[in-house]
Amino acid sequence: MCGIVGIINTDGQLIDGSHIREAIRIQRERGNGLGGGFAVYGAYPENRDKYAFHLMYEGDRSNPVIPVVESYLESRAHIHQSEQIPVYPNDRIPRGPYFKRYFLKPIEEYIAPEQTEEDYIVETVMAINRMDGAYVISSGKNLGVFKGVGYPEDVADYFRIEDYRGYMWISHNRFPTNTPGWWGGAHPFTILDKAVVHNGEITSYGTNMRWLEMYGYYCLLKTDTEVITYIYDKLTRRDSLPKADACFVMAPSLWDEIDRTKDRKKRYLRQIYGPAIVNGPFGIVLSHRGGAIVLNDRNKLRPVVCARAGNTYYASSEEASIRLLSPEVDRIWSPKGGEPVIIDLAEEVLQ
Amino acid sequence: MSAKTVQMKNNWKIIPAFHPEFDLDRCDYENGCAVCVHECSFGEISLKPVKGADGQVFYRPWANMSACNSCQRCVKMCPQNAIHIAHQPMHSSHGYWTENPVSNIWRQAGSEGGVLLVGTGATGPQKRYFDSMMFDACQVTNPSIDPLREPMEIRRYLGRKSDHYGGEVGPQLELEVPIMFGAMSFGAVNLRVHEAEATATRRMGTYWNTGEGGFHEKLRHFGRNTIVQVASGRFGVSEDYLKSAAAVEIKIGQGAKPGIGGHLPGEKVSEAISKTRMIPEGADALSPAPHHDIYSIEDLRQLIFAIKESTDYHLPVSVKISAVNNVAPIVSGIARAGADIIAIDGFRGGTGATPLQIRQNTGIPVELAISAADRRLTEEGIRNRVSLVASGGIQNSSDVLKAICLGADAVYVGTPVLIALGCGACQRCFTGKCPYGITTNRPGLAERINVEEAAQALTNLLHAWAEEIKELMGSMGISAIEALRGNRDRLRGVGLNEEELKILGIKHAGA
Repeated sequence: MCGIVGIINTDGQLIDGSHIREAIRIQRERGNGLGGGFAVYGAYPENRDKYAFHLMYEGDRSNPVIPVVESYLESRAHIHQSEQIPVYPNDRIPRGPYFKRYFLKPIEEYIAPEQTEEDYIVETVMAINRMDGAYVISSGKNLGVFKGVGYPEDVADYFRIEDYRGYMWISHNRFPTNTPGWWGGAHPFTILDKAVVHNGEITSYGTNMRWLEMYGYYCLLKTDTEVITYIYDKLTRRDSLPKADACFVMAPSLWDEIDRTKDRKKRYLRQIYGPAIVNGPFGIVLSHRGGAIVLNDRNKLRPVVCARAGNTYYASSEEASIRLLSPEVDRIWSPKGGEPVIIDLAEEVLQ
Repeated sequence: MSAKTVQMKNNWKIIPAFHPEFDLDRCDYENGCAVCVHECSFGEISLKPVKGADGQVFYRPWANMSACNSCQRCVKMCPQNAIHIAHQPMHSSHGYWTENPVSNIWRQAGSEGGVLLVGTGATGPQKRYFDSMMFDACQVTNPSIDPLREPMEIRRYLGRKSDHYGGEVGPQLELEVPIMFGAMSFGAVNLRVHEAEATATRRMGTYWNTGEGGFHEKLRHFGRNTIVQVASGRFGVSEDYLKSAAAVEIKIGQGAKPGIGGHLPGEKVSEAISKTRMIPEGADALSPAPHHDIYSIEDLRQLIFAIKESTDYHLPVSVKISAVNNVAPIVSGIARAGADIIAIDGFRGGTGATPLQIRQNTGIPVELAISAADRRLTEEGIRNRVSLVASGGIQNSSDVLKAICLGADAVYVGTPVLIALGCGACQRCFTGKCPYGITTNRPGLAERINVEEAAQALTNLLHAWAEEIKELMGSMGISAIEALRGNRDRLRGVGLNEEELKILGIKHAGA
């Protein structure tokens, strides 16, 4: 069991972190104090053209991996700004690992001819994640991720997320079931501009993970959710698959239905992307630069409710979180298993 | 006084370890029943006259103690259930020189000489890794799935896939169950067995394999469920033969006899077999050990593409090899040489005839081979280019699923097909005397196979295993079998050492 919440303002209006803190706090029953986290889009408007690397270093600022990571980063990117991420220890979370953020741009001449700039960033992230004691918590532009061990409202207070403003927020309340509660294992999981919060357990992990390794994605965070982020990135960014098709790959229709509708494209997708199918129960909110996607496993083994109120969309494990934020909504519904809800931001917001 | 001639021949006498025993209280010999005598095709049972109370002569069954190897045919056919097979191994007092090594030497030194031949797969004590692996199951945090209530998908596609959207997908085999019938040639088995295999695979939506002995004209309408083989003897290979099938398989090796060819004795080459194999009637059908036009990987590539050219690139081409130590680089090479499917046959794989020493001592277990092959293809980023088929010693539906978790896309089964038709694994397929009418073309024996009943038995087997696979998947929380391929995380080892766990790519139970 876990709890998830997403708030997406399609017109790009900024709200501060106090709203989502409340929305996830009231799902306390769904977590056990071993993980909470938030992703906010629109967090760094003054640095919006740079990749915001949030780094988590185990231990404290004396961790010897820090200079190693930093000299690696310097060898690959222009670091325009770096700073400690402000934290506010309290009696519920008295201490945590050392967090730092770097706003950077790749050194262009180092990008290999066959690579895109984003491939280069992914390569950088994977290299750092393979160093002992250093983890890239987020690497997207104008995106900040804050996560840790504790109840989500405690994590929110530890980072004072009310100090951040964004047009899209997602959050997670963790009840770890297969891997230990540790800071890097809290959700969201991210790569570039993509972040995922997930309620469930992925039984296809072993297949997904091996498939991803063929394309340079290494699953090092000891948590199954990671694969969803990478699968989505591989499908939409590397293979230019439309969002709906990427969702189909992860939660495809039954072969019987594909046979009946004689849908050649779906047959093709399921054939070539068989190892990217996500099995086991899941409800996810997957956010990216241009919007968010809400998706359930094919058997709908986890709850997810969606709602729209004006230009704001909500997704939540429980309706109560939505009603707390917006007692009146224009529409509220529970998406069917395997049928994605795709929320796109207005074009102007992306400019 | 002349010296006595020493008669040594009894030194080598071997009384078979098995013989039938007859319960004469139950036996119907007094009414002239002699079913067992007719059923035993090995001549183990004869009739012996005995006098009744009033002096009348009856003929009772009598074990000749010369030929039984416990095929169980007489036991099953006896209308009175009056027979059981006694096991009476030669007991040596020596702890090391036990029955097998001793009697094998007697056989070679005495009457038989030469290379000892056997049928079916290896019987040795090597570990069955399938038994040392257990499935993980869902509890609490993850609901198991009830296959009676929820859809459970076990369809597989075999063939070359693209690794990105927009890339080309080669011709595919569509399997409604992830199990195909492995290669058993016409000649090794008879046409009735082929027809039963073809019928069952058509009904269940999967494939059977002709083996290397050609594809009989009568069965060509089953082509879309048929994989035809091109082996070193090239028997029956023509353009029509290739085009009649759903896929073509180049047979390089076979788990029961890696590096060894085949030999169908001339006396088994009847008119029908001669036509289908395209060789003279009565001529020995020899398959050389290697293909004499394939001495390395680049030659294999040429044959693969010769077949693709001949079939207008409409059919996937499979390459079957026996599992050997170097399987991982070999498989990588075969994938790069253009094969669409690679079948890896472990040392437990069956055969009609193989030298005993080869069968027992050559090759490696398929569990280790398939895992090594899958890992190497993944590491090289070319796993999507080929499908892997595991075979050799698969005994049940769990083995099928474990092979898939270790990286197979599907499996071949051969011996289970024969057993489903009645075979008792007596290891004498090469004699042509199969009492179940399976591995024989002899008139009077081959007719023991009723095609429709045999087809139904094979359908039943596929259906039963498919249902069991769905149950196993449900307990693991998997609703589509593609989510299991190479999914070693769903397996745990029990009693395996670190090296074994590493090769299999699995963790120990409890870890």
